[in-house]
Amino acid sequence: MLKIIVRVIRRDLLLAARQKADVLNTLFFFVVVVTMVPLGIGPEPNLLRAIAPGVVWVAALLAAILSLARLFANDYADGTLEQMLLSAEPLPLIVLGKATAHWLVTGLPLTLMSIVFGVVFDLGFQETGVLVASLLLGSPVLSLIGAVGAALTLGLRGGGVLTSLLVLPLYVPVLIFGAGAVGAAASGVSYAAYLLLLGAFLLFAVVLTPWAVSLALRISVE
Amino acid sequence: MNWGSWDNFWAMGGYGLYVWGSYAMVAIVIAIEIWLFKSRRRAAVSELMRDAVRGRSSR
Amino acid sequence: MTMNTATAPARFGLFWFSSPQTFFPLAGRMIPWFIALTVVLLAIGLWIAFFVAPTDATQGESYRIIFIHVPTAWMSMFLYVVMAFWAAVGLIFNTRLSSMMASAIAPTGALMTFLALWTGALWGRPTWGTYWVWDARLTSELILLFLYLGFLALQAAIDDKRRADKAGAVLALVGVVNIPIIYFSVQWWNTLHQGASVSLTRSPSMATTMLWGMLVMALAFWMYSIAAVLHRVRTIILEREKRADWVRELLAEGRLK
Repeated sequence: MLKIIVRVIRRDLLLAARQKADVLNTLFFFVVVVTMVPLGIGPEPNLLRAIAPGVVWVAALLAAILSLARLFANDYADGTLEQMLLSAEPLPLIVLGKATAHWLVTGLPLTLMSIVFGVVFDLGFQETGVLVASLLLGSPVLSLIGAVGAALTLGLRGGGVLTSLLVLPLYVPVLIFGAGAVGAAASGVSYAAYLLLLGAFLLFAVVLTPWAVSLALRISVE
Repeated sequence: MNWGSWDNFWAMGGYGLYVWGSYAMVAIVIAIEIWLFKSRRRAAVSELMRDAVRGRSSR
Repeated sequence: MTMNTATAPARFGLFWFSSPQTFFPLAGRMIPWFIALTVVLLAIGLWIAFFVAPTDATQGESYRIIFIHVPTAWMSMFLYVVMAFWAAVGLIFNTRLSSMMASAIAPTGALMTFLALWTGALWGRPTWGTYWVWDARLTSELILLFLYLGFLALQAAIDDKRRADKAGAVLALVGVVNIPIIYFSVQWWNTLHQGASVSLTRSPSMATTMLWGMLVMALAFWMYSIAAVLHRVRTIILEREKRADWVRELLAEGRLK
């Protein structure tokens, strides 16, 4: 079971390495959006420190949504996706592999970049740590849930915006607890419950979304 | 509930704007919805009639 | 279990009315009853709302918005669940009519959600001072509106009707599973960021007449929703079954309007 997942991950990472621009764009978008906020609100450090968790998290959501198109689009275009549907290997495992690879090239860099933002917004050591932890747990969930949206809108016109509309409401709980964890840390309150809940979301998503995505893929392709 | 006078009724204790604004919007939206599904029906039926007139050319 | 619409279904059973052909006239006969029920319940409900229920001690007359805010909010949530149910049935049993029902419910559900938001905002203004309060219920309603709009947008974007049915079903099911999670997280978020929990409808002791008014109005909105959905699903049937003989016959007989 693990073998097929690893093989899919390797393949997708190889493809991503050949299209670095694709991958870096997501990261740049994340950086640009976060940078826009102080420009729009003003440089007041206390205000920025207060809104930083929400801003970073919202920017992460938007970047994740933008990156979803590349999850299935290329495979769909060259027929590989159909092969995956016909494969003897369980489709949910293939989906899990693809979502993991997607996270490795979008969510993970984002999570690491948030360390920089912790510094830039003067969050403090522990708060930054919680920010990274929350994104580490939450961004895979964004990839997994986003995969459902990407699978449903495969090949449709108006794809990107439509996917966003479908997926953003589903992202709300992750956003609330992700940003909430950092907010709690900043207030000196216990943040353990938040991170545990994010972990629960992650487990929930890993177990359930591959099935939903597989179903959605079959619906979209056949 | 004794309003005393029609004026009192419409004024709603000073909250007339909010109360009637709410009820009015509900009435408007329901009216719009009815108009929408009726016009969708009209469109569907006239489409059917056009097809019939063309003499089942789609067969 | 797909019905061959060329010959009338012969067996009476669970799937008798899953054929658009048999459901179409049935729905047509049901609609007038639901309209009648709506009118009667609306009359009673509005009478209670304005002429029986007393003035509220704290909110004065503004609380009377509750008689439409709560029913529309209830309907918005109830309709989503019903929509997801029919969509799931259509997905699992491959019955077209079930999927058509889901598609027929969505617009009514979305409009109910909008009304819940509008009436909530107008109620919030005199009560809390601003037109929008980020209280848990209103914010959840807003997200519910997005879920409805997503469903409608997805179905509108897909030309192939069967794909649209099934894709919508997956989306509706994912949505219905997430709604409790979303509501719970928004509740948490709300109590977190405001000291006292802001709730528009929390009322420890509501006068019995107020409860009755809400109940009757809720039933009225429910009857209206059924009538609207039945009307719309008949139209959807006409749109999708336009090549069927029974449709052409009804058209020729002048029974369609």
